[in-house]
Amino acid sequence: MTTADLATYNFAYLDEQTKRMIRRAILKAIAIPGYQVPFASREMPMPYGWGTGGVQVTAAILGPKDVLKVIDQGADDTTNAVSIRAFFQKVANVAVTTKTRAATIIQTRHRIPEEKLTSGQTLVYQVPIPEPLRFLEPRETETRKMHALEEYGLMHVKLYEDIARNGHIATTYAYPVKVEGRYVMDPSPTPKFDNPKMHMSEALQLFGAGREKRIYAVPPYTEVVSLDFEDHPFEIQTFDKPCALCGAQDVYLDEVVLDDRGGRMFVCSDTDHCEQRCASGHRGHLAHDKEAAE
Amino acid sequence: MPHDTLAFTGGFREPVFEAQSVFRTLMDCMARPGTVGSAAVAVAPPAPLCAAVGAVALTLCDNDTPVWLTPALAASALPGWLAFHAGASVTDDRQAARFAFVEKGAMLPDPGLFAQGTQEYPDRSTTLVVEIEAFTGGRPLTLTGPGIRTEEEFAPVGLPDMFVYFRAENRQNFPRGVDLILVAGDAVLCLPRTTVVRVKEA
Ligand SMILES: [Zn+2]
Repeated sequence: MTTADLATYNFAYLDEQTKRMIRRAILKAIAIPGYQVPFASREMPMPYGWGTGGVQVTAAILGPKDVLKVIDQGADDTTNAVSIRAFFQKVANVAVTTKTRAATIIQTRHRIPEEKLTSGQTLVYQVPIPEPLRFLEPRETETRKMHALEEYGLMHVKLYEDIARNGHIATTYAYPVKVEGRYVMDPSPTPKFDNPKMHMSEALQLFGAGREKRIYAVPPYTEVVSLDFEDHPFEIQTFDKPCALCGAQDVYLDEVVLDDRGGRMFVCSDTDHCEQRCASGHRGHLAHDKEAAE
Repeated sequence: MPHDTLAFTGGFREPVFEAQSVFRTLMDCMARPGTVGSAAVAVAPPAPLCAAVGAVALTLCDNDTPVWLTPALAASALPGWLAFHAGASVTDDRQAARFAFVEKGAMLPDPGLFAQGTQEYPDRSTTLVVEIEAFTGGRPLTLTGPGIRTEEEFAPVGLPDMFVYFRAENRQNFPRGVDLILVAGDAVLCLPRTTVVRVKEA
């Protein structure tokens, strides 16, 4: 890209005043972990469902030295991830990667990478519905009050009803957490499998909700506890088999349909993790079939 | 140089990239209290404000953020400089100030007098930006809280003995409270409202 091309955009698309406003919101969000800071969300050249909140946060923090990774579910090659990555290559000329460990900023729609994040990294979540109390109380004035007074009883009631109905807590995505013993927070539509990774993470975690105009944060080394009951403790999903391609256990797996005869396999949702493992010689029970097919 | 032309010089040379670089320092330091970052940017605010505090002001302030200044800063060419380079206006009202600036050697105002935010909107509080002499060589203080694995330590020169008391008061109001950006030379260290500051036991 030439200088002339770059000159037709603001660096990272947003104007400087918008960046300053978002940056101020980010600093406040970090200072009040789990609290949703209102911000004046801007129109972005993509629909709301595409993660405009996360895109605005990334645009406000991104610089020339950054290396950006974008994932949708756990994959770098889905339409949403490819589009957002291409957007930042165009408007910020930023270096991009699919490798978790090479990235300084990782924007995600669902998953937290399997590889442990480190202190030089920032994870930016694209959040559709930031308010964990929204399904219990539609009025913003009321949910504000509930957060202000730490009135989270209703949230526990909802989880309890889950148990009464299903014998266990059925919520598997956007499972509510309490941050540093104070604010109840929605960890975006991440699977609850990833909740433990948020706890005492070395990386900074930033959350942007474009349509709902909220930014919130979890600083590194911060307590993030999934809500539960002593007699019904929080549990993550477990998978019966390891990844069919790389043999990984204790990772989040996606079901993939193999043929029209009902054949299916379970593989890592984190595609980079799977590729790194395969490259270093790990093999699952269907790895050979895949190689033969390619 | 005549006094009033000072206002038009000494801003960012590359506003987009210098502001981004200073912001990332502030973000990293706010996320990791006790960590020292660099805000070395060639800006030249009017004396007695130092370059790094000037860079913080240009990075965060604009016409949406009234700023409070100490008497010495208010009497300097700084109000004109902030208006010209950032579009920010000065206020006497500590409750209205989104940022407050304190130069080296000035008396630290009681953070409790500034906007603390409300219980519903604790983000509507003042951020204090304070220049001090140094982060080492003074009375050792320990830091704990979010962003800190176990414990951090720093030994500021240029903060009053009352500082630890101010911080304890501030912590009691959580989630309300002011956040602090400390500057010494080109170095920056942040203390968000969550950070617990104690005198290090001998
Ligand atoms: Zn795998």
